[in-house]
Amino acid sequence: MEKKIESNITENQNMDTQKAPYAKFEVPDPVVEVNDLNLYYGSNQALKDIYMDIPKHKATAFIGPSGCGKSTLLRCFNRLNDLVDSAKVEGEVLIEGEDIYDPSIDITELRKRVGMVFQKSNPFPKSIYENVAYGARIAGESRKSVLDEVVEKSLKGAALWDEVCDRLNESALGMSGGQMQRLCIARAIAVEPEMLLMDEPCSALDPIATGKIEDLITQLKENYTIVIVTHNMQQASRVSDYTAFMYLGELIEYDETEKIFLNPSKKQTEDYVSGKFG
Amino acid sequence: MNKFWKNGDPFVWLTGVALMFSLLMIAGLLWLIMAKGLGFFWPTGVTEIELQNGTKVMGEITSREQIRGISGKSDTKEAKYRTQLKIGNRDLYGLDFRWIDDDQIVSETEPKYAVVMERREWGNFYGFIKEITEDGTVVCQGNEECWSKLEQDIPIYAAIFKEIRKIEKSDIGGINREIENYRLKIRGVELKGGNQSQIKQYEEKIALEEKKYKAKEKELEVLYQEFTKEKIVMLSVDGREKELALGNVVLAFRPNAMSWLQKAGLYMSRVWGFVSDEPREANTEGGVFPAIFGTIMMVLIMSIVVLPFGVLAALYLSEYAKQGTMVRIVRICVNNLAGVPSIVFGVFAVGFFIYGIGASIDSFFFTESLPNPTFGTGGILWASLTLALLTVPVVIVATEEGLAAVSKEIRHGSLALGATKFETTWKIVIPSAMPAILTGLILAIARATGEVAPLMITGVVKLAPQLPVDGYFPYVHLERKFMHLGFHIYDVGFQSPNVEAAKPMVFTTALLLILIVIVLNLAAIVIRNRLKKKYTTSAV
Repeated sequence: MEKKIESNITENQNMDTQKAPYAKFEVPDPVVEVNDLNLYYGSNQALKDIYMDIPKHKATAFIGPSGCGKSTLLRCFNRLNDLVDSAKVEGEVLIEGEDIYDPSIDITELRKRVGMVFQKSNPFPKSIYENVAYGARIAGESRKSVLDEVVEKSLKGAALWDEVCDRLNESALGMSGGQMQRLCIARAIAVEPEMLLMDEPCSALDPIATGKIEDLITQLKENYTIVIVTHNMQQASRVSDYTAFMYLGELIEYDETEKIFLNPSKKQTEDYVSGKFG
Repeated sequence: MNKFWKNGDPFVWLTGVALMFSLLMIAGLLWLIMAKGLGFFWPTGVTEIELQNGTKVMGEITSREQIRGISGKSDTKEAKYRTQLKIGNRDLYGLDFRWIDDDQIVSETEPKYAVVMERREWGNFYGFIKEITEDGTVVCQGNEECWSKLEQDIPIYAAIFKEIRKIEKSDIGGINREIENYRLKIRGVELKGGNQSQIKQYEEKIALEEKKYKAKEKELEVLYQEFTKEKIVMLSVDGREKELALGNVVLAFRPNAMSWLQKAGLYMSRVWGFVSDEPREANTEGGVFPAIFGTIMMVLIMSIVVLPFGVLAALYLSEYAKQGTMVRIVRICVNNLAGVPSIVFGVFAVGFFIYGIGASIDSFFFTESLPNPTFGTGGILWASLTLALLTVPVVIVATEEGLAAVSKEIRHGSLALGATKFETTWKIVIPSAMPAILTGLILAIARATGEVAPLMITGVVKLAPQLPVDGYFPYVHLERKFMHLGFHIYDVGFQSPNVEAAKPMVFTTALLLILIVIVLNLAAIVIRNRLKKKYTTSAV
């Protein structure tokens, strides 16, 4: 089995090198490999021939103007685009060598492995405790002691424990915006995913809350592979190790963050990061 | 001028006036019903009136109005009035009410010893006590002496009456039920070909039950004798004597001699009697307990049926069905269904539930009792199902609105944690939509409680001998016919032989019906608010 996957990968890589319109940027220890990914919403193509690898236990940022496809690409990694009726995906996305668009893949299993934090914080209308325990409960865990442990660990992991430990049974909707977003992060890491997808997690937050989340991301990337979509270029430069610039559904440039911001190789990237357009 | 229209002030006034009119109408309605309904139980004074021709009448003054001329206009020169008196004594006079022209009245007095008696038969009696006899011998005489005796005896006779009712209803009722059971079993054996020894066994059992019945009958006879042992002789204001059994008296009071506090006590006990007693005298007197019971039970059964059905249908429509023309058409149909006149649902229910399903149930499970229908006739189950059918669109629409209001983000949040669509729906979407679902239920209950037309042909009766719940297996008898407050209003107010006497009953019953709607709604609202609080911002 292992072998077969491996051979698959090499085969694919061979194919890529033939088909890729640009040389794939090589990252160390890639956990996600995207090969020739095209995505259509009806007749509208939202992603065009994407090839990219995402490194393990690093933070990778997707930047680009609105509608460039960065959120769409992100949602390909946990197949949340499946929920859009008109969406059609071509190409392959490998996570740890496994094609997640293979029909035999269990989507719920995949989504447990790939957690997600949304642009608008979306705590469930339940208590703080139940919000964090939700994933574990879904996975079939019902022992109180285990759940307690998961909740505490996750809230600590999201740097929220000290603020809410004495009101775990209150509604999550009574928290502040920044707390809610960190709760959503706690909820996502409670199921112990390998990856964490963040879709503009700070766009609705004030600078202080944003700072807290950014610190959190820096901590989290020790243990998780993080992919973050952001509009805020300072944020991308602060938190990410690698940055991909996308424009109109195409991956324009993908490189180490420092290089993208200081010395981009493409004119478009330079214009965007320097604020000439976007 | 242009500015006046432009700034919108007139429009604001218009909206205010519209709201005011609505409120006024509701307040007026409630005021009328409360004033007419609540006053009914207050013991008003008894007035003795002497007329110009020398005769005397006595009773409660119920209304006074101006006599209008033949042209329909009032005679402005000299306004004439007339008074309506509730004179009771139906067995003597034949009429409960009498109009008296005011210019005929010589004098009005309120005699202290005037007694009002509520009787089990023939309505109220207004008069004076002459004597009480026991087995023909006089026990006491005169108003004062007999009054204390009467006050003592009434509770005793009430207890005897209760005992009689118990024997008649539950003991003898139980024996009858057993006999009917064995008769049905014999019939069942006969239908299967007939096993003579078995039939004989059952017949023996029937004979045994009949013996028990005879014993109970004797017991009853004794009680009845006791019940009619003492007689009271009453004197009406025009001097006629009337002898009646003391057991026949439900309640006696002397309103002219009562203090305000005593009157209030009597008022409360009469109100309690109204909600807890069975009706008497073709529903024009007594209580409405069976109707209250029937109404509430019907609404509860309806809720139990309509809630899951409506929610499931709405879930399919808005969560699972592929949105398109078909779903739109279904939605329009559901909305239109809410506007179909209720009697149409009643007719459908008679055809489908009663003659279709009910008759089939009978032919499969109750063959012994055919041709007497069991489920093949109107009953509380069919009436509840009819109302469920009637209100299911309301629940569907409200639930769909609630489901639509659950944000995509929250659903995606659940899905992104590895929950399946089913888990997301069950654990996140439905709880979030619960307040809206309960709002739908509240609307459904409000509509169902007020509905009468379809019930008249699906199981509501003027007088149901048994409640749909009792102590005999299987305890809940869904096939039974039942009484309903809405129908009670119609029946008492417009089908009664004694409309004038029943008028206050109409208002009190209407008031009760409104109260029940309010209580049921309040209960649902409290539950909804609890849920809302649970799901939304809690005070930090």
